[in-house]
Amino acid sequence: MIKVENLVKAFGAKLAVNGVSFTVERGEVLGFLGPNGAGKSTTMRMITGFIPPTSGRVTVGGFDIIENPIPAKRLIGYLPENAPAYTDMTVLGFLSFAAELRGLRGDEKKRAISRAVDMCFLEAVLHQSVETLSKGYRHRTCFAQAVIHDPEVLIMDEPTDGLDPNQKYEIRSLIRQMGEKKAIVFSTHILEEVDAACSRAIIIDRGQIVANGTPQELRQRSEIAGAVTLRVQGVPAGTVTQKLQSLPTQRKSTLIGQPDGEVIARAFPAANARNGELEASLYELAVREHWKLIELRTEEGRLDEVFRRITQPDTKRASKDSSP
Amino acid sequence: MSAQASPVPLSAVATHPGAFGNIVAIGKRELGGYFASPVAYIFIVIFLLLAGFFTFNVGGFFERGEATLESFFLWHPWLYLFLVPAVGMRLWSEERRLGTIELLLTMPVTPWQAIVGKFVASWLFLAIGLVLTFPLVLTVGYLGHPDLGAIFCGYLGSFLMAGAYLAVSCMTSALTRNQVVSFILSVVVCLFLILAGWPPVTNMLVQWARPWLVDFVAAFSVMPHFDSFRRGVVDSRDLVFFLSLITFSLFTTGVIIRSHRAG
Repeated sequence: MIKVENLVKAFGAKLAVNGVSFTVERGEVLGFLGPNGAGKSTTMRMITGFIPPTSGRVTVGGFDIIENPIPAKRLIGYLPENAPAYTDMTVLGFLSFAAELRGLRGDEKKRAISRAVDMCFLEAVLHQSVETLSKGYRHRTCFAQAVIHDPEVLIMDEPTDGLDPNQKYEIRSLIRQMGEKKAIVFSTHILEEVDAACSRAIIIDRGQIVANGTPQELRQRSEIAGAVTLRVQGVPAGTVTQKLQSLPTQRKSTLIGQPDGEVIARAFPAANARNGELEASLYELAVREHWKLIELRTEEGRLDEVFRRITQPDTKRASKDSSP
Repeated sequence: MSAQASPVPLSAVATHPGAFGNIVAIGKRELGGYFASPVAYIFIVIFLLLAGFFTFNVGGFFERGEATLESFFLWHPWLYLFLVPAVGMRLWSEERRLGTIELLLTMPVTPWQAIVGKFVASWLFLAIGLVLTFPLVLTVGYLGHPDLGAIFCGYLGSFLMAGAYLAVSCMTSALTRNQVVSFILSVVVCLFLILAGWPPVTNMLVQWARPWLVDFVAAFSVMPHFDSFRRGVVDSRDLVFFLSLITFSLFTTGVIIRSHRAG
């Protein structure tokens, strides 16, 4: 449904987006991750046709967003960053305006509005002016505007920004539900949202895609992915690490901590170790040595670690740039 | 939140309203926006009060002893100088300040539909103010036998001049997200449009400038064009002048908006 090819956007000499390409099919929810200023919003603005790309191409449902913007825009529902809305209108007036621009009239318009109002729980504030709404309600009003025509493509820039935990949960489950039939792209910097709602995630840094995969695939890029964490009781820490390091199935073992007489250590699998071999050998070791085994866990990898490793914070970037 | 399954996607049943439908939807919202805030009522009251004050107290309506609205229309270029930019200053700067421009321009509407829709709505609003001066027409009708054709011409000219000022305000409001800046810029441009052809200014120019230069500068002025309407003459050149001023300003608005988006 969405096809982005080699998208570039230059603001003066600065490249905000530099050669981004990806596709999103119907039934996919794509999470767009990246540090602030990485180019997430700029990319979304180019997909929705708000700003023209410096070079590259975006097609939505087969329509080029620059050459054939109107049919492409008809397919898209868009929730911009900060959820803008006309403050002098009532919620109903605002949704009615959005429905009219989407070509809905009469009964269809009424049905579309009541569907969106139900979906976003706006019944209570329907006749209230947007200006007086709390941030959560205003956000949902703008969200309702984006889904009023039941679009096939939904683009959302930080849809859960500024919401309370319950509202975040609602929006995420809504995104997941709608994602079964639509092509959805949303940006966030909350990593747990990737697990909660996405079928695929892209990490973007300094205008370029640095990772693209399912949440599981991304997690496997984590350093600790596949490592086994062991928690035992009543053994000196030195003994544990020594024994661990003598195993052929590991390449590296480290001590994580020793809270309340327990020892927590982590073993990283050797390059030639088969799947599950490390766990098995650790279990056998614990039995052989009569360690009191509390926990034996294979790490899935952590998104936040992957994120930190492949995107660089501004401070590091600056010091790196200044070094010769 | 619950996602209700609808059997047919709404995007499929939606009829595509075309340019006119979009312009109407955008215009309706804009006009509603004026009346949703006190702006509309304040504007109309001030406009009527000032129009009355200039007509009767300054223009000497009764002292003239003529059944005409000359003294009424005489002051319109000056009255509009401040009032029209006050109406037009929010057109685009408000959209940019609120960020709603991003919503509007990602809807399936073209930028010119948005520009025309917003412009026409504000112009209609000014027309409402103008129509509410009808008691003056009744007054001269009661006092004497006015030339209704001339009065109609005066109103037409006044309406066109308001449109020209408004298009200029529309253009300056696209330049900035600050309404005050937009207002001031617009007043300055409109003041130029008045002064360029005002006799005291042209008489001063005549002293040293060549006649063609005086004519060239004066050609930008709304004054001579409005004057002929005020005298009850509808000249196609005057019509063309106002309409091309409006077209040019709206076209420039489009260029400005596009250049913002291009970054």
